[in-house]
Amino acid sequence: MTPSTRLDVTFAALADPTRRAILARLASGEASVLELAEPFEMSQPAISKHLKVLERAGLISRGRDGQRRPCRIEAEPLAEATSWLEEYRKFWEGRFQRLDVLLDELKSEAKTLSLALRRLGP
Amino acid sequence: MTSSTLKVTTPTDREIMMTRVFDAPRALVFEALTKPPLLKRWFLGPPGWTLAVCEIDLRVGGAYRYVWRGERGEMGMGGIFKEITAPERIVATEAFDQGWYPGNNAQVTQTLSEQGGKTTLTLRVMYESKDARDMVLKSPMESGVAASYDRLAEFLATQTGR
Repeated sequence: MTPSTRLDVTFAALADPTRRAILARLASGEASVLELAEPFEMSQPAISKHLKVLERAGLISRGRDGQRRPCRIEAEPLAEATSWLEEYRKFWEGRFQRLDVLLDELKSEAKTLSLALRRLGP
Repeated sequence: MTSSTLKVTTPTDREIMMTRVFDAPRALVFEALTKPPLLKRWFLGPPGWTLAVCEIDLRVGGAYRYVWRGERGEMGMGGIFKEITAPERIVATEAFDQGWYPGNNAQVTQTLSEQGGKTTLTLRVMYESKDARDMVLKSPMESGVAASYDRLAEFLATQTGR
């Protein structure tokens, strides 16, 4: 996979709330399909389907521990997807910091104006 | 003021959502988002670019248009207002003069909520497809702008130092 297609697969896998919840659960330690299915009120096959998507995206791996086959989170693709979000965030944060400055200026202008009006007042 | 208050998330596979808190009342933030002389002071493009044209007809069915100008040319963008509830909600379409992502059409929803003199701005952009969303996400405006012009690689190298 090229870095760009790999990222597509990662984003697609992350687009689903159940899959994000599964990742959040796995961030605190490995778990079996049964353990993962429990809090979601979903059938085991439904959870398995989600796990397959996550596995294909490289976001999790499955152990070889007999029937249990515990799932583990894989940090690298997640970090890659986050870095794109971070670039996008930085661009907008630059803009919003200028908006912070403008808002501060507007607030102090408003204060000066109201002081001036008070002096002119009756 | 911290510089890491902006949150960017992808709530669905066609959307980008940004949340940012501003230390100002909602009415003031709304002004800064909708009054051209104010937008020109902060809604800038990549470093060195200015918002040369900023026209806003703030009513449902009214149009807005922005043109950014830089050394390498200019980039225009505009759309139509679909919904306006001052000072709390604006829904508008968004398209670039030179489309640089599939469909070149998005719907932008801005929501403002105030609490204790601070305003939370939520900006939700919905694209026509997941492909379009991902392309925008992977090339924020800096590269989107440059894509229309020559020397993209050179430009990016000078901007990002890569």
